Amino acid sequence: MNLQFLADGLVDGAILALGAIGVTLTYANLRFANFAHGEFISWGAYLTMALATIIGMFTGWIPEGFGPFSVGGGWLLCALVAAIGTGALALALDALLFRRLRARATAISSVMASFGVSLSLRALLELLFTSRPRYYSDDLQIAVPLGLDLRATPDQLAVLCAAILITVGVGLLLSHTQLGRKMRAVSENPTLAAVVGIDVAAVIRATWLLGAVLASLSGVAVGMLVQIRPSMGSELLLPLFAAAILGGIGSVPGAAIGAVIIGVAEAATVRFIGGEWRAAVSLVVLIVVLLIRPRGLFGSRP
Amino acid sequence: MDHLSGWLAYVAQFSVLALIHGLSGLGLNLQWGKTGLFNVGIAAFIALGAYSTALVTTAWLPSTLQGAGVGIVLGLIVAMLFTGALSAAVGALTLRLRTDYLAIATFGIAVVVELSLRNATSVTGGPLGIGFIPRPFPMLADRPAWFACANLGVVAGIVVLVYVLLERLSESPWGRVLRAIREDERAALSLGKRASTYRLQAFAVGGALMGLGGALEAHSIGFISPDHYTATLTFQIWAMLVIGGSGNHRGVLLGAVIVSAIWSGTGLAAAAWFTPEAQAQAAAARIVLIGLLLALTLLWRPAGLLPERSRRRLTRETQRPPS
Repeated sequence: MNLQFLADGLVDGAILALGAIGVTLTYANLRFANFAHGEFISWGAYLTMALATIIGMFTGWIPEGFGPFSVGGGWLLCALVAAIGTGALALALDALLFRRLRARATAISSVMASFGVSLSLRALLELLFTSRPRYYSDDLQIAVPLGLDLRATPDQLAVLCAAILITVGVGLLLSHTQLGRKMRAVSENPTLAAVVGIDVAAVIRATWLLGAVLASLSGVAVGMLVQIRPSMGSELLLPLFAAAILGGIGSVPGAAIGAVIIGVAEAATVRFIGGEWRAAVSLVVLIVVLLIRPRGLFGSRP
Repeated sequence: MDHLSGWLAYVAQFSVLALIHGLSGLGLNLQWGKTGLFNVGIAAFIALGAYSTALVTTAWLPSTLQGAGVGIVLGLIVAMLFTGALSAAVGALTLRLRTDYLAIATFGIAVVVELSLRNATSVTGGPLGIGFIPRPFPMLADRPAWFACANLGVVAGIVVLVYVLLERLSESPWGRVLRAIREDERAALSLGKRASTYRLQAFAVGGALMGLGGALEAHSIGFISPDHYTATLTFQIWAMLVIGGSGNHRGVLLGAVIVSAIWSGTGLAAAAWFTPEAQAQAAAARIVLIGLLLALTLLWRPAGLLPERSRRRLTRETQRPPS
């Protein structure tokens, strides 16, 4: 049996992990399922493209590939600036909308608002960029053999390594620093956390920022490996939720492992059942988790 | 004369579709407005209602019954039973868990239903959908204005019937328990009311109403295709509820008329003012418009245009610092 689907699933899972970490942290710290999280993925991808295009218009700079990769250093810089821009977008949404809803109503109207925000942000991308698919680079990448009959493009390998490094980095950041401890305290009990002197508002801002930056980077990865479309993020939303719940809400390693499981399960579906049913895998996983172990692999409460 | 009857047909058909959306909105009002259950998969329940009645009346029934009024009534019943049962299953899976798991599960259902409509071609007709769904009043088939008015009468009758039933239900002991659970679950539990059972019932009835709305829409238009049942439809129904007044059945119907009018009006304007190439962008612009309206309503008038009666008193009495 050819194990290529395992390799493909691992790459997809690593990209999903970047988004799932944000979903699980938002759910744990802000206590609502953020349906707009997928849009940070799309916005990250489009902002990167827009930045590169604008800089190109003023300076004549054309993004070039570096070595075997389809993109280079200048373009990576654009991706980082775009990630910060997406973070700013998330903070702005929080200040204009979610913070006010949190202060007043039950958590569920934040969910509803996030659903409205999600559709509006996607429609805004269609308005600005049309729904025509775009690509960062026209270069055709040749997959290189890796042994064991597996093949991967240099871009796939780069994205896989980067995603693993970022995920492990964020995991360590949250398990070993004061910020991580504060986040866990807020997710346990915001009122008590405030009593012991934790700035809950700052922790919430950090959650938005971190989640949006990671999502933006994963959008850039999807843009490198697949293509950019306004619906790219919302199509990833169900896998993100499934990964976060499978891993256990609030658990960063859980979200990453859940994402890899979803990624491999999707790739297996494409390989053995048919590509058109790929999106159904997440619902199946979700239902199985809710039936057997609602708190997920590493979650503390159902 | 032709011009006039054209306008009459348009206005009647607009009212039919607005009322049908209002019917789905009433289902959502039972789920969210009265019980606090968040459904993100409304389009899927509407779609399943539409496809069940379409399959019943075009393929599954013996052909003598297919065009007859009996066939349509049977189709509506199957649609309601099917969507109600599916809602009960989703509810049973998620209602005892974290609050938002229902939202996530219904979102998943919406994704998979849309996928199945497009890809299970042998049953659903794939991207082309199903055509030649029998419409009521076959004798009026060649007079669109007459058909639209007669159909409006039927749909309006059903909506009034559902409205009266829901009002009675809301004022019944059952409705009071639902509100009690929404306002303070622990207090309701302490009175021996099993919150999860009541929630499940409300969710199933609400889902059945969405299925009924979808089925009526299928019979009013005569063909269905997957492109109609996307997140945008879910979003429209939500906007109707929030703008009209969540928890108030009359508010929902008002919201349905307002949002449908904005939707149709901007659609006409876009068709008149924009080139065909820019149509997709114009469609995107009106989603942004409705989204803004929704966000502003949530911020400035969270109870909607027609707030729920007695809700203010209820919340003031039970108001307490968040735990």
